[in-house]
Amino acid sequence: MIKINAMGDTCPIPVVKTKNAIKDMEGAGQVEILVDNEIAVQNLTKMAVQKNYGVISEKLEEQKYRVVMTIGDAEDSEEIETPQGESCLPDARKNMVVVISSDTMGNGDDELGRILMKGFIFALTQQDELPSTVLLYNGGAKLSCEDAPTLEDLKSLEAQGVEIMTCGTCLNHYGLTEKLQVGSVTNMYAIVEKMTQASLLIRP
Amino acid sequence: MSEKIIFCKGGGCTAKLGAGVLSRVLEKLPKGAPDPNLLIGYDSKDDAAVYKITDDVAIVQTLDFFPPMVEDPYTFGKIAAANALSDVYAMGGTVKTALNIVCFPETMDLNVLGEIMRGGSEMVMEAGGILSGGHSIADSDVKYGLSVTGVVHPEHIYPNNQGKPGDKLILTKKLGVGIVCTANRVQQASEAAMSEAIASMTTLNKKASEISHRYEIHACTDVTGFGFLGHLHEMMDGRLSCHIYADQIPVIDSALDYADEFLLTAGGQRNRNHAGPHVKFENVSFAMEEVLFDPQTSGGLLMAVKAEQAEELLAELQDCGLPARLVGEITEKKETEIYVIGGNRK
Repeated sequence: MIKINAMGDTCPIPVVKTKNAIKDMEGAGQVEILVDNEIAVQNLTKMAVQKNYGVISEKLEEQKYRVVMTIGDAEDSEEIETPQGESCLPDARKNMVVVISSDTMGNGDDELGRILMKGFIFALTQQDELPSTVLLYNGGAKLSCEDAPTLEDLKSLEAQGVEIMTCGTCLNHYGLTEKLQVGSVTNMYAIVEKMTQASLLIRP
Repeated sequence: MSEKIIFCKGGGCTAKLGAGVLSRVLEKLPKGAPDPNLLIGYDSKDDAAVYKITDDVAIVQTLDFFPPMVEDPYTFGKIAAANALSDVYAMGGTVKTALNIVCFPETMDLNVLGEIMRGGSEMVMEAGGILSGGHSIADSDVKYGLSVTGVVHPEHIYPNNQGKPGDKLILTKKLGVGIVCTANRVQQASEAAMSEAIASMTTLNKKASEISHRYEIHACTDVTGFGFLGHLHEMMDGRLSCHIYADQIPVIDSALDYADEFLLTAGGQRNRNHAGPHVKFENVSFAMEEVLFDPQTSGGLLMAVKAEQAEELLAELQDCGLPARLVGEITEKKETEIYVIGGNRK
């Protein structure tokens, strides 16, 4: 397999280096390219798709990505293991919005409902594709406040770039305005905007 | 002048931060007390800020600066200035004053800086404005641009998002300058393509804007860093949709060839990530898709004009030598915001 180091190179240099390597190869084979940004991964992937090359990518560490292209029926091709790192495809969480309108999940027993909700938010932190926004209103507003069992997981989501927004009217209603511990306060206008712009709404 | 400008990592509007990243930051800024005289602020993602002074006069303020995308300092100065001045035209305004913004390495030949500023100053003169000062910083890389002030009648501002269903969309310059400059950076652009791109980037949007004042323009923006589709997405404002005819898009022909060679910018991919989810392509080549996402430096005006006046406006724009085309029309909001329909062109 031909290895190309394109760390520190800006677009279109990684693509140009890869094209040259493939040309020199004169036939089937594999090329591994190392780059330091996700956009370069996407531009390389775009080229591979257009050219009908096989392509996989993975994130090795912060600012280090590996792209492997397979050209033709490379007989000696190394068995490519499924990438363990995060996918480098365009950020799919862009339009996923989670709406939490209660501190319990489902109807029946409220105590059970609270346990389920805690479990739901924890499970959310573990997903490969995170939502862009979590909206909390009515009873849901309690989840982002002091002493809530869900606080740590919401903070974890926020640390991963998820926007946590709690309804200000609701905080005020429950007397929790001073107790908000994660994310920002929002209003109905913003809530409606987030919901109408969502490509996917999740309601536990 | 043996010293060349140190080539930046991505010149011109390709150096812009992505729209997605930017709006995350902007949303969190404290806004302060609202001022009714601020007619257009950054809430509306418009091209420039407009502040009403009297009932007849509002000032248009904008600034733009970036790293070089061409080697020749004089040409770079002209392009950077034309690009900065463009925002005033996109608001329907007239240029009055401009201030230089300069970042320049202390160790570099000052004649290079002189050439950059000469190019900029000539453009300001052509715009009918006056260069009235500036600010410079010693920096490792060259950057240049202008802070521009213009005026506009408060009732004749061109917002970027007030288009109406039925409006025709007119684009006044060819797309593809970002891809051509990128190809040039890796020595794969033809001289002819590069000259065409430079000629386009050093053309002010002044004439196009002046001509349009005689027509009913509902929305106008200049196509720059976010690419044609990125700026079009902002124009749709979440409440409109549009049809775009890919075979009517004015484009520098070589840009399609370079796109097929994957000489693509990071900015173009960022634009695809941002605006792509709102766009549906039908029968559009990969190269044309890339051109539609390509970040433009000193790009043309994209105008939404009242349907009945579109042909006349288009004819007048073309008569003065602009490569303007009628590229689409606005519709009521549909499931797909931007629907790009291909034709016979490759």
